[in-house]
Amino acid sequence: MRMPLSKKISLYTLLTVSAFLVFVPIIFAFLMSFMNSQDAMLGKIIPSVWTLDNYVKAFERLPLLKFLFNSLMTSLLIMIGQLVLSSLAAYAFVFLKFKGRDALFFLFIATMMIPFEASIIPNFQTVKGMNLLDTYPGLALPFLATAFGTFLLRQTFKQIPKELKEASEIAGMGHFKFYLTVVLPVAKTSLVTLALYGFLTAWNMYLWPLLSTTNDHVRTVQIGLKQLQSQETVNQWGVVMAGAMVVAIPTLILLFVGQKRLQKGLAEGALK
Amino acid sequence: MKHVELMDISKSYDKQTNVLDEINLSINKGEFFVLVGPSGCGKSTLLRMVAGLEEITGGVLKLNDEVANHLPPKNRNLSMVFQNYALYPHLTVEQNILFGLDVKRVNKKEQKRRLMETAEMIGLSELLKRKPKELSGGQRQRVALARSVVSEAPLCLMDEPLSNLDAKLRAHMRVEIRRLQRKLGLTMIYVTHDQVEAMTMGDRIMVLNDGKVQQVGKPITLYNEPANTFVASFIGSPKMNMGKAELFVENRQIKVEDKLTFHLSPSDLIHIPADKKTMIGIRAEHIYPATEQDATNYLEVVGVEQLGNETIIVFEELGGHLWNAKWPGQWAINLGDKVPVNISVQNFCFFDAENGQLIQPAYQEQNQEQEVIAQ
Repeated sequence: MRMPLSKKISLYTLLTVSAFLVFVPIIFAFLMSFMNSQDAMLGKIIPSVWTLDNYVKAFERLPLLKFLFNSLMTSLLIMIGQLVLSSLAAYAFVFLKFKGRDALFFLFIATMMIPFEASIIPNFQTVKGMNLLDTYPGLALPFLATAFGTFLLRQTFKQIPKELKEASEIAGMGHFKFYLTVVLPVAKTSLVTLALYGFLTAWNMYLWPLLSTTNDHVRTVQIGLKQLQSQETVNQWGVVMAGAMVVAIPTLILLFVGQKRLQKGLAEGALK
Repeated sequence: MKHVELMDISKSYDKQTNVLDEINLSINKGEFFVLVGPSGCGKSTLLRMVAGLEEITGGVLKLNDEVANHLPPKNRNLSMVFQNYALYPHLTVEQNILFGLDVKRVNKKEQKRRLMETAEMIGLSELLKRKPKELSGGQRQRVALARSVVSEAPLCLMDEPLSNLDAKLRAHMRVEIRRLQRKLGLTMIYVTHDQVEAMTMGDRIMVLNDGKVQQVGKPITLYNEPANTFVASFIGSPKMNMGKAELFVENRQIKVEDKLTFHLSPSDLIHIPADKKTMIGIRAEHIYPATEQDATNYLEVVGVEQLGNETIIVFEELGGHLWNAKWPGQWAINLGDKVPVNISVQNFCFFDAENGQLIQPAYQEQNQEQEVIAQ
């Protein structure tokens, strides 16, 4: 789109300012994680001395690596579970014909309106009843079925021309093979999107891991962070910030890697 | 030998109205059979019922003399080409062509052989490693065709395969598909809404309208002896000119739409049906240019289409329809002119005024044919 230079300048200024405003806390946390406690207390923005002490302390005080690993395992479990279950459910909602299919789908979608907090106690009871407290499966189980994921994939699957299904029916291909060899590869982009979304949401979970775990053995990194904060006395903010930085790094890596794949997926496009 | 047989086939989606109504049809082995009709007449539904993609509400479908109503598509031993080609976008041309063979567990060596043969025959050898989106419309069409050929199924169904191509390519592919069908001896059921495709490709044509069979027959029969007014106006381009006619035996006259009067010779009177009121139809090429002397009528020109080798002249409305004449060569005619034309009653097709069924085809036709044979 062509626009006059003056408009361009004002738009970019606005964008830069708002981007800066959104990013300020993170920049500040990043800078603070390299400060000694004196600088932090004085409210400096640029550290007078750059130091890695905070990071060393953060790793000393808490089993951060273990927490990171726990988070990774839980998130991966949730991500894979969501991909498998959502895609299978979406397939059924698009390609299988059965009575009351659409009604069932709307019922399914309606569950999106129930906040997770409302079902947290029944979930806790269930997981406890299954003896899955303090385990990875217990952490992941309530999140495996997702209405959002099913909805997203259903929309994508609906774009697949029904002739593709019919052509494979004539070729003699069953539902499962069609799902594996045609639907999944064609819907790759949406699957990547869902995977990223699922992973990030799981990584940032706080309430459920807090409830369903009782020891450091399976706790996730977000809880570790909170522990760090509550253990710390006021003058050690640098350590907390260092911890926060460590926690954010995997998220950022994933975002950068995923972005590339996403773009590639989008560029490939679908055949009309 | 009969390959496909439809007996009283009906289709209904809501169990009340029939989209297809008691279709009876048999298609022979190796025949190129065309289903033609306007959009929404049920021709694609019929094809999909033969393929097994659509349930049959009533009647019996036989493939190779065996009842096939509930046979799943894969057991019907057929291939199908779709209007939008239905190519798998994530697979290369080669994988697309071989897709069905993998499923049927044809061994790799045999696959390779068939692929090479087919690609050679259809002219895809250069494109095997490309993805569908890197192909032009015509090339995609060929891939779809190749996929159907490579399956070596004796029955091939095509659902408007050429409607996404431009006119030139369409003409080319028409010839190519016909050639391929003959070479491989395929039984072909071909659905189209384009009557030119139907006329040029089909061994036999079935005209469908509103879920009912209008006529089945050889292309030339449909053209010369249309079973009713629908077929008459559907087959042929420009379409047949129609008008209500009234016969006055005592005056030896027939009047069309109260505007055109024709005097009848004694032999005309013998040949034409004796009904008082009829519907007549005359082909555009049978409205001849005339001089003052041999003019039977004068018609006002409202449009002229110059095609170079011939000229289509559009005349004033008669009974709510514009009449067309097709004259060979180039004619300089001004709009609004009243031009002399020669129309012979011998070229009239007579239809029942009530139900539109053919009473009698043009009898000039037979005379001309006999002349040709005599020469």
